[in-house]
Amino acid sequence: MEEKGTWTVKTGFAEMLKGGVIMDVTTPEQARIAEEAGACAVMALERVPADIRAAGGVARMADPEVIVAIMQAVSIPVMAKVRIGHFVEAQILEALGVDFIDESEVLTPADEEFHIDKHRFKVPFVCGARDLGEALRRIGEGAAMIRTKGEAGTGNVVEAVRHMRRMMDGIRRLTALPPEELMTAAKEMGAPYELVRQVAATGRLPVVNFAAGGVATPADAALMMQLGADGVFVGSGIFKSANPAARARAIVMAVTHYQDPQVLAEVSRGLGEAMPGLEIAGLAARLQERGW
Amino acid sequence: MPVGVLAMQGAFREHRLALERCGAAVREVRTRGDLEGLDALVIPGGESTAISLLLRRGELFDALRERIASGLATYGTCAGVILLAKEVLGNGLKTLGLMDLAVRRNAYGRQVDSFEVSLTIPLLGPEPFRAVFIRAPRIERVGSGVEVLAMYDGRPVLVRQGNCLVSCFHPELTADLRLHRYFLENVLQ
Repeated sequence: MEEKGTWTVKTGFAEMLKGGVIMDVTTPEQARIAEEAGACAVMALERVPADIRAAGGVARMADPEVIVAIMQAVSIPVMAKVRIGHFVEAQILEALGVDFIDESEVLTPADEEFHIDKHRFKVPFVCGARDLGEALRRIGEGAAMIRTKGEAGTGNVVEAVRHMRRMMDGIRRLTALPPEELMTAAKEMGAPYELVRQVAATGRLPVVNFAAGGVATPADAALMMQLGADGVFVGSGIFKSANPAARARAIVMAVTHYQDPQVLAEVSRGLGEAMPGLEIAGLAARLQERGW
Repeated sequence: MPVGVLAMQGAFREHRLALERCGAAVREVRTRGDLEGLDALVIPGGESTAISLLLRRGELFDALRERIASGLATYGTCAGVILLAKEVLGNGLKTLGLMDLAVRRNAYGRQVDSFEVSLTIPLLGPEPFRAVFIRAPRIERVGSGVEVLAMYDGRPVLVRQGNCLVSCFHPELTADLRLHRYFLENVLQ
């Protein structure tokens, strides 16, 4: 008998995205540009994070009309975002048939204490995390994929680097601990003990971990891969740049050939202006602080 | 005798781990040079559009096609089925076109319809095989030179033509190594 929505089917799908680039798009035309550039999936949005940041107000799930139009435009997987804790937005996206739901700090949280019980859904979820404890809490709730948060909509990779380093340090530290210290480590991290034991034994997260939040250039993407990311989300970095199609292609190449400086040098040439970046210290709101 | 795993995009790490557990030496293939001296190759699941584009941009496409056409033992899963097929129905995707198959992408549905199921695969013995189908392609037609090794829901899901073996499902996502072993022991001969 066929079994749908199992943990293997959810995490296995995330494995298929690995080594790839997931691009934020707001129109069917942008989605086709992303697909033709070699994106392994697109994130359907009403506004990219840089515009959400600029517009202020409450940011919600995108209009289903926008999401469906994008699903019809491309053959690659389509993801969409819901507010943290907003399980009804998630029910709606599942009913639309989106391939992955991002319970995202980029939107205004609907619940300031609790995330969605993601085990109850057939559709897989990806969630943001700034360190290993946060990642394991989300996996405990049923996230089948993690992305480091970075600081979305800034075009500044510094927070993405900070979070990926913290995640990898957290994993390395656990692998060095004797078994009797793991319970206290779990307590200190606020993470489920069984997952802490699993990470200590295997030396890696039990699900795929992408980088996100501030990637704007091929070099940024390769940097995140060399720091240990399984793939990269690019939000505002592509369609806020001077030449989105060329930049999208270059970032895809950079993620596959992240260890080859010759290829990186070649694909980085002549891409035109990157998106204008923002200093983290000057931000009115730090999206990464949303999530608990 | 290294086995290559095409590492453009997709589940190449899982195939590497499965092959290593079978005792094979594994090399990730990203450039034309990586193809040299390989005895066998795995084309993993992933996004077939992305993999096809990356192959063509990296000048690997023609080299890969020549090597497989001249007998390199090759196992493709999911996107690998599409990339090896001669015909992709309803889609102009450029493939290597080395197997006499007509396939349809994502024909089992979107991710919410992805599933796992126990299959009987005669050549692996009586023990059922847990097959994971993820946004899987469907094999709609096979040519006369294609040997059908397993069926599901009235369609072939594991087939072989000469040096090429393909499955619409993902053995690398389970702990069952029988299909990887079959590839290494039989197709590689």
